[in-house]
Amino acid sequence: MILAQLEGQPLVRWDWIADHLDDIWVATKEHLVLTGIALGVGLILSVALSMVAIRFRRTYTPITWITGILYTIPSLALFSILVPITGLTVLTAEIGLVSYTLLILIRNIVAGIDGVDPAIKEAAIGMGYTPRRVLLQVEVPLALPVIIAGLRIASVTTIGLVTVAALIGKGGLGFFILQGLRRFFTTEIVVGAVMSVALAVAIDVLLVVAQRALTPWARAKATV
Amino acid sequence: MNDAMIRLEHVSKTFPGSATDAVSDLSFEVPEGEILVLVGPSGCGKTTTLKMINRIIEPSSGVIWVAGVNAIETQPHELRRQIGYVIQQTGLFPHRTIAQNIATVPKLLGWERPRISARVEELIDLVGLDSDMANRYPGELSGGQQQRVGVARGLAADPPVLLMDEPFGAVDPIVRTRLQLELLDLQARVRKTIVFVTHDIDEAIQLGDRVAILNVGGVLEQIGTPEDILRVPANDFVAEFLGTDRGLKRLSLIKIHTVDLDPGPVVAPGTSLEEARAAAARYDVDWVGVGSPGRLDGWLHLAEVESAGQVTAADLRPFRSRINTSATLKEALDAIISTRAKVAAVFDGDHYLGMLTAERISAEITQ
Ligand SMILES: Nc1ncnc2c1ncn2[C@@H]1O[C@H](COP(=O)(O)OP(=O)(O)OP(=O)(O)O)[C@@H](O)[C@H]1O
Ligand SMILES: [Mg+2]
Repeated sequence: MILAQLEGQPLVRWDWIADHLDDIWVATKEHLVLTGIALGVGLILSVALSMVAIRFRRTYTPITWITGILYTIPSLALFSILVPITGLTVLTAEIGLVSYTLLILIRNIVAGIDGVDPAIKEAAIGMGYTPRRVLLQVEVPLALPVIIAGLRIASVTTIGLVTVAALIGKGGLGFFILQGLRRFFTTEIVVGAVMSVALAVAIDVLLVVAQRALTPWARAKATV
Repeated sequence: MNDAMIRLEHVSKTFPGSATDAVSDLSFEVPEGEILVLVGPSGCGKTTTLKMINRIIEPSSGVIWVAGVNAIETQPHELRRQIGYVIQQTGLFPHRTIAQNIATVPKLLGWERPRISARVEELIDLVGLDSDMANRYPGELSGGQQQRVGVARGLAADPPVLLMDEPFGAVDPIVRTRLQLELLDLQARVRKTIVFVTHDIDEAIQLGDRVAILNVGGVLEQIGTPEDILRVPANDFVAEFLGTDRGLKRLSLIKIHTVDLDPGPVVAPGTSLEEARAAAARYDVDWVGVGSPGRLDGWLHLAEVESAGQVTAADLRPFRSRINTSATLKEALDAIISTRAKVAAVFDGDHYLGMLTAERISAEITQ
């Protein structure tokens, strides 16, 4: 019966798209905002937790353990658990989205900073850098490629998860996918899917460009 | 209280969880403007000693004075900004350009921008780098160039003290020799108080005004000028560490101009066969040099003098064992044993000074 219904229509109805440009634009913006907030808040939390983990090594295992559990809970289940508590709100969506970024980001921040050549840190200390300066002017800049690699993974993951958040009514482009499935209307599904892939690619490109701008030295090294 | 720039008094270090001392009861001082080389087998506590001077490692006991100040009573990062630090792995900041790397400590000290850039330019030149390297990143430089940047960075704020931990350990022997000579040349101009760590005894002899030989556990076996240590090793450990070619190593420390030269079997053109024979006999050779005071034009076989009846100025053979008076006895010995003449003819430019024989050199180090 589904097939019968699908057979009758073209995969994409351009006239529908033309009629709904405004809606698509609004959903895309919502998708971006949801992703941006999740990544921003996730990054702030991750930096804080990473600093704790680096300063107090013993906390690293429990931190990865807890964020690891958060990461493995199926997104649908997580949203369902949260709805009775925080309702069908942006907060619910963001709690879920942020939790998924933590493990990836913390792992990359800690690995990035751990990966800094000890001789470079020693030289910095030997020249009179305070521990704070070593962190901010040596360790963080040198860890940037690894940290940004984490951000790229986290952003792609988050964009995908935002579509799932459509189930609680805060899903950006996920709304079209959900709607399309309900109404057996492929155009909407395609719009939702293509636009979120496009968003993911765009953000990834943006991050790559940012990394190149922030780490010109890494490129200089690679060309030798 | 003491005019030594660096002074260690009964310094010991035991790392937590270690049964043995890394450094035990170490005392020495380094006068201003001197290079002291710490040398010894791997794990003998050289690096630990160096890092206690700039307090990267805190001593378990003992006192360290730097420029008349008790290091323990200074803020570590303040102390370190007064002490240049150069390490084997260079520790250059890969994310900063060469100029920015060199500017590190001046910036920490809050120098004005124009002063910093003038200083950076000066240092790039001082360590023999191209000025167009200033804006490159360390990853784009060869190992030897990176080491030069490391030295420039250590010198940037003109600290009175420079600590160097095997700075030339990672470069190939040719570059290493060049860097050593450059360091001596640099030191002649900047006159820093330098503590230099190496495990290479030849490097120690080459660079040190004095050398401290450490044994495992950070025990000081001997400290003194390279010449003194080579002449009279304090014990078997030192003798063994110096190696079996101790005599040759001493030769490499002695410049030819510090020893007396023989006039050599040199005769003027026109000298009779008899006199030529006598001159050769005095040196137990079968040839004579031909020249006049301050000149040595070449040499002839006695057989050639015999057939000519007297010493002629024609058909002279050139001396292949010519050597400059600024060379070392080791180089002179090399010249002696690698030519048939068995002597080295010593010149100052074109001015002939005299000859060195193996016997003469041997007498010099056994006296
Ligand atoms: N941070 C540390 N914790 C524990 N032990 C240490 C530490 N640093 C050095 N040691 C130990 O102290 C001893 C001296 O080490 P040090 O690095 O000073 O030797 P070294 O003379 O510089 O050797 P090398 O020529 O190999 O560089 C060694 O036995 C080493 O294992
Ligand atoms: Mg060492």
